[in-house]
Amino acid sequence: MTPLTPDKIYGWGVPFAASSYAAKLDRQLNIFHAAMILIFVCWAVYMAYCLIRYRAKPGVPAEYGHLSVVTSLIPDGIILAFEMFMIFAIGLPSWAHVMENFPVEKEANVVHVIAQQFAWNIHYPGPDGVFGRTSIKLISSGNPIGLDDSDPAAKDDIVSINQFHVPVNKPTLVYLSSLDVIHSFNVPAFRTKQDATPGMQVRIWFEPIQLGTFEIACAQLCGLGHYRMRGDVIVHTQDEFDAWIKKKLAEKSES
Amino acid sequence: METTASHSPAGVHDVHPDLPFVRKYVFSTDHKVIGIQYMITSMLFLLSGFTMMLLMRWQIAYPGTPIPFIGKFLPETMAPGGVMLPEFYNQLGAMHGTIMVFLGVVPLGVAAFGNYVLPLQIGAKDMAFPFLNMLSYWVFLIGGVLMLSSFAMPGGAAQSGWTSYVPLADLAPPGQTMWLIAMTFIITSSLFGAINFIVTTLNLRAKGMTWMRLPFFVWCQFVTAVLLVLAFPVLQGGALLQLMDRVAHANFFIPANLIFGGAPVERPGGGNPLLWQHLFWFLAHPEVYVLLLPEFGIVAEIIANGTRKPLFGYKELVISACGIGVLSFVVWAHHMFLSGMRTDVTKFFTITTMIISIPSVMVLTCFLLSLRGGSIHFNLPMLFALAFLPLFGIGGLTGLPLGFTPTDIYLHDTYYVIGHFHYVVVTGSLIALFGGLYFWFPKMFGRHMNQRLGKIHFWISVTAMNGIFFPMLIQGMSGVLRRQFDPTAQIHNHPTLILNKVMTISALILALGQIVFIVNFFYSLFKGKEAQSNPWNATTLDWAACPSPPPHGNFTQDIAVHRGPYEYSVPNHKTDWSPQHVPDQQLVKS
Repeated sequence: MTPLTPDKIYGWGVPFAASSYAAKLDRQLNIFHAAMILIFVCWAVYMAYCLIRYRAKPGVPAEYGHLSVVTSLIPDGIILAFEMFMIFAIGLPSWAHVMENFPVEKEANVVHVIAQQFAWNIHYPGPDGVFGRTSIKLISSGNPIGLDDSDPAAKDDIVSINQFHVPVNKPTLVYLSSLDVIHSFNVPAFRTKQDATPGMQVRIWFEPIQLGTFEIACAQLCGLGHYRMRGDVIVHTQDEFDAWIKKKLAEKSES
Repeated sequence: METTASHSPAGVHDVHPDLPFVRKYVFSTDHKVIGIQYMITSMLFLLSGFTMMLLMRWQIAYPGTPIPFIGKFLPETMAPGGVMLPEFYNQLGAMHGTIMVFLGVVPLGVAAFGNYVLPLQIGAKDMAFPFLNMLSYWVFLIGGVLMLSSFAMPGGAAQSGWTSYVPLADLAPPGQTMWLIAMTFIITSSLFGAINFIVTTLNLRAKGMTWMRLPFFVWCQFVTAVLLVLAFPVLQGGALLQLMDRVAHANFFIPANLIFGGAPVERPGGGNPLLWQHLFWFLAHPEVYVLLLPEFGIVAEIIANGTRKPLFGYKELVISACGIGVLSFVVWAHHMFLSGMRTDVTKFFTITTMIISIPSVMVLTCFLLSLRGGSIHFNLPMLFALAFLPLFGIGGLTGLPLGFTPTDIYLHDTYYVIGHFHYVVVTGSLIALFGGLYFWFPKMFGRHMNQRLGKIHFWISVTAMNGIFFPMLIQGMSGVLRRQFDPTAQIHNHPTLILNKVMTISALILALGQIVFIVNFFYSLFKGKEAQSNPWNATTLDWAACPSPPPHGNFTQDIAVHRGPYEYSVPNHKTDWSPQHVPDQQLVKS
């Protein structure tokens, strides 16, 4: 598997499906678009037929009567049935899969993502798997999330700004929060999107299935720098990812 | 005047001393004058909101390039050297949304057409509370002027989106305070108007005008008024809470431990940002139907008249309109699927959202089936009403993958959403409103609008609108997000950047088309072909029972209603229209 270049990821349709659930969600979107086009074409053809067939002609009066109301309820009923099928057969299970059933922490790459105007701070727990304490009183330009170095658990923690390194084919579990205003964590190629609201911490997860660099955008208006609040998810092989962690730990102990 | 008594004789021999100019045309209590005041004002706001959009579209298509012509006149704080600043872009975005919804389309559909047409259609001499009606307009005007003037506030106008999500809006520059104050005026005005519409419809219907004989337009306005009365106070409350947050540090929406601009926000916290979203959308979703229902009514009137046959499924339409009204109160949180609220809650809202699509489909189906067996006249209002059907259809259909939670994850906050609601509100509501304008212009001013200019306006508008909004759907599919000052800043936007130029050029063409409309409006006002009292050979009281334009007090004779609103092409009747107020014996062929 070679890393994808941006021109292979982003095009005129939906981006390359780079996470485990992306293809599934795309398929549902395709079902909807097929149904929408079908409904629209039926409407349009019927309307065009009526406009031509029943255009005003001298000496031909309009008919006073109508079809029975029941006839009109048939298309409405079909659309209702389609929608209910989509919700109960497809929608609720996939929503549960993406938004409610989270990977087990032990088997996942667990990360805190803390949004702020206009950057994404990525906080890794390090080899001990425990996140160090943070406090807003300690926030400074060198310490964007206010990590408390006096906490032993914080010793091996890694903080990265806008560069979100993750291993491929392993679920990443994100605890998402915000320091200031509402942001929204959006990775188009993963079909992942979730608001980061101050005062709340919400979980999301994704499992990358493709190596490469995938853009993180902010999807919720967060101020004048909203448009340039971007980052990258860099998907590595597990070995590369471990090497990257090791390198960051070495850098940290040097400084 | 016995305006409050039910079934009072309509305006016969009421003596109206000639009112001075100011009482007649400025501080008038006549529903027709107020309707026209609302119409002119809201069209001016539509024009200003549209101009803001043109500036934004220039920045999106040609980022960093000075704005032609207008750029020179903009101050340093907005566009130094004619190049737009991101702060200014965000102000334009928030104001475009606010103005188009609250000061443009809603006042035009509800206050302008509702005020003018509703009393005429039910056979009333005026609104139930004429003074309240006048007050409603002036409070609205104050709100609108405050809203526009907020660009002059330090730091500019509101810039947190028309949704004003907190904490961003709580901590924004003072323009946001002005937004909240202006909204309070606008909401107050809407409540005055809505109460008036409800009481008028309940009490001032002419003799024999039973509920099932009301034109569908009246039903739509009635349901709309109920929605406004029930939903707007919630936003009124929300806006006051946000105002208290801003001016009195009340912390309704501010959580603890907030950092803003690099420093801790010195507030005790305890507030909840999601609370604002609930309060806002509790209004703003019914508001979507406020944007739409009056236009359903307009399209119904035009289609029945243009096909010369009764509207299909009148009862079904009434049930659908009421159904939309009820359901619109239980769908608001579908705007918040990804806000972080409990995921269980989203299931309820995705189901209700899918269900509310059905009454809208029913309305559209009834309109389509109304064409069958008709004698379709392609007059100017009818062109707009017919264009409404497929284009509103696109707007409705594109709502499906947004209301469906799994596909909404990807599409949420992308241009797909923007394309969706612009298809609903512009090619839907606004097209219908233009149709209504061409339809009722002869009644309002006693002259016809020019047909040729009208057709040019129609074709340019419909083509250009699709040139703007269809590319939005394509961009949304490729993941382009809304509210981006400079789309080149993100890699995933690059493949479809060319569409921004298509949209901007289409928007400029749309602007040219509106110049044709403005010219036509003023030309026809003074030089248009004179209209008879019932130029469309319509059945409803507004056309058949009063002159064009109607005098003060509306009707010159007592009105008694004998039949339903859409009795066209009745067998054995002399004409193919049977007015509601004419007794059978005068209509039947001898």
